[in-house]
Amino acid sequence: MSVERIRTVVGHVVLMLGVVVSLFPFYWMVVMASNTTPDIFSYPPKLWIGSHLFENMGKVLDNIDFFGSMVITLIASLGVTVLVLFFDSLAAFAFAKYEFPGRNLLFGLLLATFMIPAQLSLVPQFVTLAEFGWIGSLKALIIPGAANAFGIFWMRQYAKGAIPDELISAAKVDGAGFFRQYLTVGLPVLRPGLAFLGIFTFINVWNDYLWPLIVMTDPNRLTLQVALDQLNGIYGTDYSMVMAGALMSVVPLIGVFLIGARSFIADLAAGAMKF
Amino acid sequence: MAVTSKTAPAAVTATATTADKPPNKFKQALPQYAAVSPFFILFAIFGAFPVLFSIWISFHSWDGIGEMTWVGLEQYNYLLSDATFWKAIGNTLIIWVLSTVPMLLLALVIANALHNATRFRTFYRVAYFIPNVTSVVAITLVFGSIFSNNFGLLNAFLQSIGLGQVEWLTQPWGIKIAIATIITWRWVGYNAIIYLAGLQAISADVYEAAKVDGASSRQTFWRITVPMMRPVILFTAVTSTIGGLQIFTESRVLFGDTNNIGGPGDAGLTIVSYLYQSAFITNQFGYGAAIGWALFVLIVLFSIINWRLIGGNDDERLTRRAARRVERRIAAQNAKKTAEKTAAAKETADVR
Repeated sequence: MSVERIRTVVGHVVLMLGVVVSLFPFYWMVVMASNTTPDIFSYPPKLWIGSHLFENMGKVLDNIDFFGSMVITLIASLGVTVLVLFFDSLAAFAFAKYEFPGRNLLFGLLLATFMIPAQLSLVPQFVTLAEFGWIGSLKALIIPGAANAFGIFWMRQYAKGAIPDELISAAKVDGAGFFRQYLTVGLPVLRPGLAFLGIFTFINVWNDYLWPLIVMTDPNRLTLQVALDQLNGIYGTDYSMVMAGALMSVVPLIGVFLIGARSFIADLAAGAMKF
Repeated sequence: MAVTSKTAPAAVTATATTADKPPNKFKQALPQYAAVSPFFILFAIFGAFPVLFSIWISFHSWDGIGEMTWVGLEQYNYLLSDATFWKAIGNTLIIWVLSTVPMLLLALVIANALHNATRFRTFYRVAYFIPNVTSVVAITLVFGSIFSNNFGLLNAFLQSIGLGQVEWLTQPWGIKIAIATIITWRWVGYNAIIYLAGLQAISADVYEAAKVDGASSRQTFWRITVPMMRPVILFTAVTSTIGGLQIFTESRVLFGDTNNIGGPGDAGLTIVSYLYQSAFITNQFGYGAAIGWALFVLIVLFSIINWRLIGGNDDERLTRRAARRVERRIAAQNAKKTAEKTAAAKETADVR
């Protein structure tokens, strides 16, 4: 019993150490954002939270259009998320629960698209969007990502297990068409799966850096990540301010994550097991 | 949006007419085709077409605005002899190894500890997962300050314990270690959660059987845990390879200079940052497209190597064999137990 006990304690010590390492950079971000730049760069460095947080945050707002960027990022993230949830679940519903000619072929094709790295089409995608005249507009951020193979694959696996065939048969007997069946049978049952896919998509779009860097060419209409990088590039000497900006860009994200953290993590792990 | 709403009424008519007319399979399936079409339409425009178009672009010399000049395989020819390109590949591979190996090993350790822990489970999982959902740009800025040459926290710490300062962000190895650290930090928790799910999928009976057989914990680990975890390990290995070959943001933000995105001596220049630099900073679109294809070839190549190394081919066979072995043991033990029980029962009966 006591050996077991020691093992448990050691396990917790290891895990706690890991937690400290995991969370330390966030603490350090707050320390830097709440002190003045000279304080940070003194030796020995200040290790505690200071009293200049709001002053530094104010400077961020003076130097970049923080809320403008936040609105753009929010619209892009929400826009992609809503479209992805709708298109992906609709397609997944059809793939999971209906027989139709060519279904397996189409699904195989969809899986094959996983193989293509996003960077491969970076150049031609940019050229295509330039041809459409979408460069610099929100359309360039939202439309290309409006449906994706991962989401359809994941939702299909979910739908297969979650939606009983009897429910669909019952809806058919009631005279409901396919779209009706999706709305009345599919959507309500798929809700937990949609929650995961929604958070996952939102976080990914919010965090994306490379694509907005390329397509959002108007310096007054940058996403948060790009604006933050610019803030660093131009005002890198004022570290406290840059960190205050970083902090402000991270907080909403962690908020979204924490809301659904528990089931989100479980669903992600379950999804990975199915590959 | 428009596609689905337009075809939605068709769904009703399609099902309504099935009763009186001999059903046409394709016509009947129209609503389903409509449902799956948005992905395929978007993919055609923003995925398939660009991929094909990028082959075309890579055969040209083009600045993105003016005339496209056909140069055939010239871009690829140049690519093979371009020292910077090879440097970018070398950097990427080094950073990939430096980040993936500790990342997966640590993840396995954490997953094991998490698997055994009965308390604070949710707290641990959330705490370990938070780095993964954080803005890469913001966190790279934080790590940039920690690794900073003169005033960085890490150097201050090294100094305080009597070790000298290291020029993390100017030395070739320092740069790579810094980037690898950020990647490892971000992805350890993610991989640990995936491994944890894999561990939990192994039935407790299996371990029970091994324990009864007197297997040491090392034997249990190598004979049961690892074989049973093969598919999961393969998944993490392949995904982290694909991710590792696409590193960009960390190196770009760490050296926030638009003209020299690879850092001092290009020691932090990755394949994707070279692609970005070629296409969008120096406007050599043809060359950028060629680099994209080189990246694609690398990803396929490394995925195959991974598959082979971890034994993806005979993967199922091995897992099945391990499972069968274990099942036999369990059956044998159960038989033994029942035999013992009946013997014991008999004994008590005899005593009575």
